[in-house]
Amino acid sequence: MTEVAQKKVASALAPLQLSGEHHLCPGCGHPVAWRILLEAISELGLEQRAIGVVGHGCYTNIVQLADIDFLQCLHGRAPAVATGVKRVHPDAAVFTLQGDGDVASEGLAEVLHTAARAERITTIMLNNGVFGDTGGQMTAASVVGQRTKTSLDGRDAETHGHPVPVAELVAALAGSAYVARGSVNNAGSIAKSKRYLKRALELSAAGAGFTFVEILTMCPTGWFLPTAEGPGYLEGTFEQTYPLGVLKDGPR
Amino acid sequence: MPAQLLQGSDAVARSAIEAGCRFFAGYPMLPFTDLLEAMARLMPGAGGVCMNAETEIEAVNMALGAGAAGARAATGSCGQGIALMQEAIAEAALNEVPFVVFNMARGQQDYFQATRGGGWGDYRTICLAPKDVNEAVEHTQLLFHLADLYRAPVMMYGDYLIGHTYMSVDMQRRDYGPLPPKDWALDGRRGGTGASRQIWTWAMGKANDPGPGPDLHWQRIAAKFEDVARAEQRWESELCDDADTVVVSFGSAGPFVSQVVAELRADGLRVGAFRPVSLWPFPETALAEACASARQVLVFEVNAGQMIDDVRLSVGHRVPVRPLGRVSIDFSGMRQGEILTVPWIRERVRAAMNETVMG
Ligand SMILES: Cc1ncc(C[n+]2csc(CCOP(=O)(O)OP(=O)(O)O)c2C)c(N)n1
Ligand code: SF4
Ligand SMILES: [Mg+2]
Repeated sequence: MTEVAQKKVASALAPLQLSGEHHLCPGCGHPVAWRILLEAISELGLEQRAIGVVGHGCYTNIVQLADIDFLQCLHGRAPAVATGVKRVHPDAAVFTLQGDGDVASEGLAEVLHTAARAERITTIMLNNGVFGDTGGQMTAASVVGQRTKTSLDGRDAETHGHPVPVAELVAALAGSAYVARGSVNNAGSIAKSKRYLKRALELSAAGAGFTFVEILTMCPTGWFLPTAEGPGYLEGTFEQTYPLGVLKDGPR
Repeated sequence: MPAQLLQGSDAVARSAIEAGCRFFAGYPMLPFTDLLEAMARLMPGAGGVCMNAETEIEAVNMALGAGAAGARAATGSCGQGIALMQEAIAEAALNEVPFVVFNMARGQQDYFQATRGGGWGDYRTICLAPKDVNEAVEHTQLLFHLADLYRAPVMMYGDYLIGHTYMSVDMQRRDYGPLPPKDWALDGRRGGTGASRQIWTWAMGKANDPGPGPDLHWQRIAAKFEDVARAEQRWESELCDDADTVVVSFGSAGPFVSQVVAELRADGLRVGAFRPVSLWPFPETALAEACASARQVLVFEVNAGQMIDDVRLSVGHRVPVRPLGRVSIDFSGMRQGEILTVPWIRERVRAAMNETVMG
């Protein structure tokens, strides 16, 4: 990155962002996802309707940094909690922000049931294929071959099983109205992911049904890689298991 | 409002709605199921929501979400279902979200589960154990009040007898006094104003308005529960002033023990009854006073001995405390078994009095 570009990124706060300081590692993809999420909420004019329900992971830090109502809840349970919130405030734009450990491992039942119920909320899953917060262990979404602290020689399907493709599972349910998978490893994918977020938030807020956006994010720390190699690793491994694009637009 | 003849589960559901409950989520498990069915029937007419949740874990987390959004919310279950809910009950105690848990238990075997909890962290759960349908109706409304007053999840310890007995009940709304405004509840309307809100067990606050953080936040919560422990002890004491023997029981065992005491008094025996109405906070001072002149304390509970720990903590070593009940479950696993009868209890109280008091 050039000197100029670095300055631009570091100095400009996103809309609704209260502070530029966060706890996340250099090269982490989550803050990029936060930024496009806040831009999407702001551009849709949803800031005074938005309620975020957040799981446990490195991304939880957004609760401190963004100027919208947030409820931080138990690991995996955000879609159930968001259901209660939405049923009490049907006009609110309720979304969950969760990691792959939160959704694919601890909370798979919650997300599938909530999608099947066509609950009018959006779930955003930041998928880095690892429990980042706890230091780099294998999640249900880790890709085959991925080295983690609990799959030292790489995830081996024979021993560790296969990754869970949550977006595909959600898309198969009649209650989901929109499902997309984006990434944040280059400018083009960031712009696309933002479009996915806008469409998902708009549709669920308008009552179309459950919407789901998975965003592949870099975790150089949990991947045990030099920071600069994060985006390339994401493309070479994650995007092979998790193809990008819109999986579903409109109820089945 | 005139009295109505209602089945317990129906009466509790109506009382909850009368108290303003507009969100309910549950998963079937007898004897709780009837309350879920009653809520499913009655909530739509009241403009509320009743969710047939896919798991108890989801039910309690839905109630947590609804409570955080400012509604009077409730859930319920029994036994294993309550076990699955403990994580979220503890979480709600620590992030201060009020809701009511209707624990329609399978007998009296879950006293420890209800009063000790299996969640995490320094928290307690207010738990009221009604003796009959009428008291359950009253407790329902009181529990919603206490939940809001202390911003905490609270529990009713009911059972099959409470849920299934028909009783003539007075359904009017009770007034327990003013409550603080729910200015902490999330509605999403303050986003972008610099005054958005947050509910978080860690209480870290926002970058522009830092919170106390876990150390101070959890100290405050511990102090709050100390206040609750002092302020919310409830009990019923009968004929204990001159009693040689005090029989302690809780919940729907209470009326059986009262009848036993009446019959033994008629025979000239100096026996009294004490019933903790709040299982937590346990009415320890009142129990110690009720036992001041007693030569023995008998604890009748339909389990292997759970409440007896709290009785011993309350009366200390001054007077012997003896268990009177035992495990006793009917074939369905849902009801108290053969020992919950007046003759069974009466003859054992009489025998214990012959041994200790006369002897
Ligand atoms: C019930 C429970 N189990 C385990 C944890 C520990 N824990 C905290 S964050 C986390 C993993 C988060 O992984 P992920 O959702 O993928 O988010 P990331 O940190 O990778 O962004 C775990 C396992 C917890 N908080 N609660
Ligand atoms: S461990 Fe991974 S997910 Fe967590 S902050 Fe660091 S790079 Fe981001
Ligand atoms: Mg992760």
